[in-house]
Amino acid sequence: MHEPRSGKRKKYLLGRLWKYLSHHKLLIALALLCMLSGNLLALLGPKLSGNAIDAMGIGYGSVDFPRVLYYVGLMAVFYLLSGVLSYILSLLMIRLSRQVICRMRKDVFDKLSILPVGFFDRYQTGDIISVISYDIDTVNQSFSNDLLQVLQSIVIVVFSLAMMLSIAPVLVLVFAVTIPLSIVFTKFITKRVRPLFRNRSKKLGELNGFVEEMIGGQKTTKAYGREKEVITRFDLKNKEAVDAYNKAEYYGTLSGPSVNFINNMSLVLVSVFGALLYLEGGIGLGEIASFVQYSRKFSGPINEIANIIGELQSAFAAAERVFRLMDEMPEKPDAEGAKILDDVYGEVLVKDISFGYSPDKTIIHHFSMKADKGSLVAIVGPTGAGKTTIINLLMRFYDADSGAIYVDDSNIYDVTRDSLRGAYSMVLQDTWLFYGTIFENIAYGKENATMEEVVQAAKAAKIHDYIESLPQGYQTVLSDNGINISKGQKQLLTIARAMLLDCKMLILDEATSNVDTRTEQQIQAAMRELMQDKTCFVIAHRLSTIRNADNILVVRDGNIEEQGTHEELMAKGGFYSKLYYAQFETY
Amino acid sequence: MRALIKYIRPFFAYISVTLTIKFIASIMELLIPSVLATIIDDIVPTGDKGKIFLWGGVMALCALTALLGNIIANRMAAKSAGGITQRIRHDLFSKITYLSARQLDGFTVPSAISRLTTDTYNLNQLFARMQRIGVRGPILLIGGIIITLMMDIGLTLILVATLPVIALLVYLVTKKSVPLYTRQQGILDRMVRVVQENITGARVIKALSKTTYERKRYDKVNNELADMEQYVGNIMAVTNPGSTLILNLGLTLVVLVGAFRMNAGLTTSGVIIAFLNYFTIILNAMLGITRIFVMWSKGEASAKRVAEVLQTPEDLTVLPGERENTENCIVFERVSFSYEKIRNNLTDISFALKRGETLGIIGATGSGKSTIINLLMRFYDADSGRILIDGSDIRTIPTEILRQKFGVVFQNDFLFADTIEENIRYFRDIPEKEIKQAAETAQAEEFIHTVGGMEYAVSARGNNLSGGQKQRLLIARALAAHPEILILDDSSSALDYRTDAVLRRELARHHAETTSIIVAQRISSIKGADHILILDGGEMIGYGTHAQLMKTCPVYQEIAESQMGTAGEVSEDA
Repeated sequence: MHEPRSGKRKKYLLGRLWKYLSHHKLLIALALLCMLSGNLLALLGPKLSGNAIDAMGIGYGSVDFPRVLYYVGLMAVFYLLSGVLSYILSLLMIRLSRQVICRMRKDVFDKLSILPVGFFDRYQTGDIISVISYDIDTVNQSFSNDLLQVLQSIVIVVFSLAMMLSIAPVLVLVFAVTIPLSIVFTKFITKRVRPLFRNRSKKLGELNGFVEEMIGGQKTTKAYGREKEVITRFDLKNKEAVDAYNKAEYYGTLSGPSVNFINNMSLVLVSVFGALLYLEGGIGLGEIASFVQYSRKFSGPINEIANIIGELQSAFAAAERVFRLMDEMPEKPDAEGAKILDDVYGEVLVKDISFGYSPDKTIIHHFSMKADKGSLVAIVGPTGAGKTTIINLLMRFYDADSGAIYVDDSNIYDVTRDSLRGAYSMVLQDTWLFYGTIFENIAYGKENATMEEVVQAAKAAKIHDYIESLPQGYQTVLSDNGINISKGQKQLLTIARAMLLDCKMLILDEATSNVDTRTEQQIQAAMRELMQDKTCFVIAHRLSTIRNADNILVVRDGNIEEQGTHEELMAKGGFYSKLYYAQFETY
Repeated sequence: MRALIKYIRPFFAYISVTLTIKFIASIMELLIPSVLATIIDDIVPTGDKGKIFLWGGVMALCALTALLGNIIANRMAAKSAGGITQRIRHDLFSKITYLSARQLDGFTVPSAISRLTTDTYNLNQLFARMQRIGVRGPILLIGGIIITLMMDIGLTLILVATLPVIALLVYLVTKKSVPLYTRQQGILDRMVRVVQENITGARVIKALSKTTYERKRYDKVNNELADMEQYVGNIMAVTNPGSTLILNLGLTLVVLVGAFRMNAGLTTSGVIIAFLNYFTIILNAMLGITRIFVMWSKGEASAKRVAEVLQTPEDLTVLPGERENTENCIVFERVSFSYEKIRNNLTDISFALKRGETLGIIGATGSGKSTIINLLMRFYDADSGRILIDGSDIRTIPTEILRQKFGVVFQNDFLFADTIEENIRYFRDIPEKEIKQAAETAQAEEFIHTVGGMEYAVSARGNNLSGGQKQRLLIARALAAHPEILILDDSSSALDYRTDAVLRRELARHHAETTSIIVAQRISSIKGADHILILDGGEMIGYGTHAQLMKTCPVYQEIAESQMGTAGEVSEDA
């Protein structure tokens, strides 16, 4: 992708953000109305108080009470109204941001759910989560609150400027010097500070990453007695993070006092020139007082705007990350007129498939095979030979570069993905369980599964006894740091989940690698029964578990080196027989 | 917070200087408007232009002093805050590193991580900001009140009377919103969990066509979160307009009362104007102070979480004891143990290994195989019975000496983001030659060569390596320092049989003096061991050599048959 120019990019981002806001035009209009009226009412306050003071006359006994009361009454009403309006404004803005943030989070999640699995193989979970929680929050904060603040500031600035001009146009010239000065200065500082802040975040991120890694591996560190060395490394990262923090702070905290200084200087200029002007007879004392009051209101928001522009920068970066995720290529939609694969018989034919995860590195070369209904196909081979890739292609997690796969007589690229995947049950080496009860986890694949069915599946997967031994039984909640459940037991739960499905085809990818062989043997018996006349694809290291397969595919470096039954392959004396004998070598 | 005082103490003098500078700067700022008043009230009527410039110069000088003071103080504040945080973080990380396994279980790893990252960051912010605005706010507030008191006591009382009302408002809003905020965090955690589950389970969810279901699940928690955010937001939103309103009404009251007092000759219109000016300063100071309170309570929570870890007493202390004379390298004497102290995870385990012998442990999932390792390495202390290494009870051996004896690969052991070489070396002082040799023995040489040599960058948790590659690297790590005792906990499950067999042969050749404990699922991995221990539900149901067990232990026979069938018998003759 080409990198659009930054101005263009901002425009584009704003356009997209506006799309989110544009659903709520009425809300925005109301908010603007509240903001405008609320601020104007509040801004009239000083003027009214001035009038009230005027009405007091010049001393003892000269107070015109009806007029004072009139202005004081107006002040109270105006302030009250302005308070109410500004609270309503907050409510409206909170409502607006609730709608926008909820919508954005939904859009990102919906996008995630249609992304190909390859996306999740490439990106770190933490990265994606920080988009959906942190980045969206930043965008929302800034575009609902900061933009409002900018508008509010503009109102205040314009109004104060008008008041000052009406009081003493000459004195306003002072600001012609100080305001540009303060803007130039703020810009200069932000420019210097931004890389420092970026570095600060980076170093902090590195520190956090290190901590996460090392505490996760605490047991290993202890086992090797390397605590001191790890702490030394930590100290280095810690120092870097603190140094980066301080450096950013040094410059970051420069701007506040400096802008204050510039403001104070304009106050000095206003008083000195105001006083001189008074001596020349060009201005009244009361007018100087009002002018000073409005000038304070005037310069405040200008600094605010400078600060907010800095914040908007980070919001733009966050928006970019959000939209980049939303723009990821989804899974190719199903082919036009894709059929629904139903009434599956269970015959799988792979025809001359070639595939690579990246275009320059082909992993599977011209692979063909046939699995009859009800047969057991085993895929064996050394680590990293491409076994799991074959499963990825069968389930259409990835599409082959060339060749075709048929289920029964349908090309799988001509049927809907949902119906294709629905035809398989699958158990993977990496067990996936979610936060929920054991019952929910087992019943996950089958809607309206009854307790009886779940228990039966658990019994078949040889995990029922364990579940019953838990105080809450099937209602036990599986959480990260809850019950002590081993990896093997997790595998059994996912097997139970798969057993509950009524599919014509079954995929087991190292599904029992952490289960002891006895249990495995017992499950297999149950599984065989369950899988009668179903087509099974099994990946396993333990060759004993696949000896009775109808067809064994021996994969090596992405090629099918041999195919055949156990007896045939043993008789042939090739790679398979070597693998097979290796397991009986004592040394 | 009190527990962390000792970290702040070394910086007391430095911080005092910072605060003094800040104090002076704030006073200077406070003086500027009163100089303005002097110009208008006293100088202008005299018509002396020279004096106007003089006082203008004084104002400018105040402004300049404030500028310099604030910049210096802010920098100093950042520096001391960074220094304090750096020390706290160091101590916290060290403490966590030395926590016993049981203690870390108690805190949980994610919580330990967030204490080290988020909480120390919050503290850093707190230390820096407290110094920056913690002085300025109160000074502006108190200074403002003192100046107004000197002008007109009656009017000041009206002003002061509004402050408690604002304080009460802020207090009530905070009290109501803080627990709600905690609840909102909880919902956020739940939303993040759904996203996380959907990412890690992408394959399963797609395979089961549960996308729509997951979207609904997410929508539910998303809406719940948004509702909560709105609710909390609506409550918090009261503070600002509320306190502004109260102050503005106070201001109105000042004008009103001022009118009566003026009519009675008690005050002048100039005073009322100045009053209105100081009112604004005091309003801002007040808002600043309420922010300090919010910051403080947030920092206080973090401080508590940090202190909780720092104050954890040391676990697994070293006991005094005598060394017995024995030729046995490892002895378990009637050892029993339970993690949760409810049901025994290990019951009455006994065995003895001589130097150079190998023990194979086999048993069903959850039968307590890894627990034996945890006890031997003293990650936990046994509830009853004794474990001896070279005749010494392991509880009498200082931990660093004890652990030095081991080379170990845990189940799901961890790799970190660094080169392959560093991953094998693991911060130890091991020459390159021996690292190479360990990699060779572990059968890792070939793949290391393929991926690009010892300098190849392993990514976090070894995500860019396959399961088998990871295991071989970990085995190399275990071998690199020529340990006295080698422990492999189910660490060749991802290796194919051939590689596994070659590995065992190489181990026997190069590490004959090493006493080994091998936990495995495959009979072939432990078949040649000197002793084999069969575990079931934490109890020993068989102990002996392969040949003995084939005759005496039905469970073992069953396992052997299931894995090797008749071929098992054949190979025995071979």
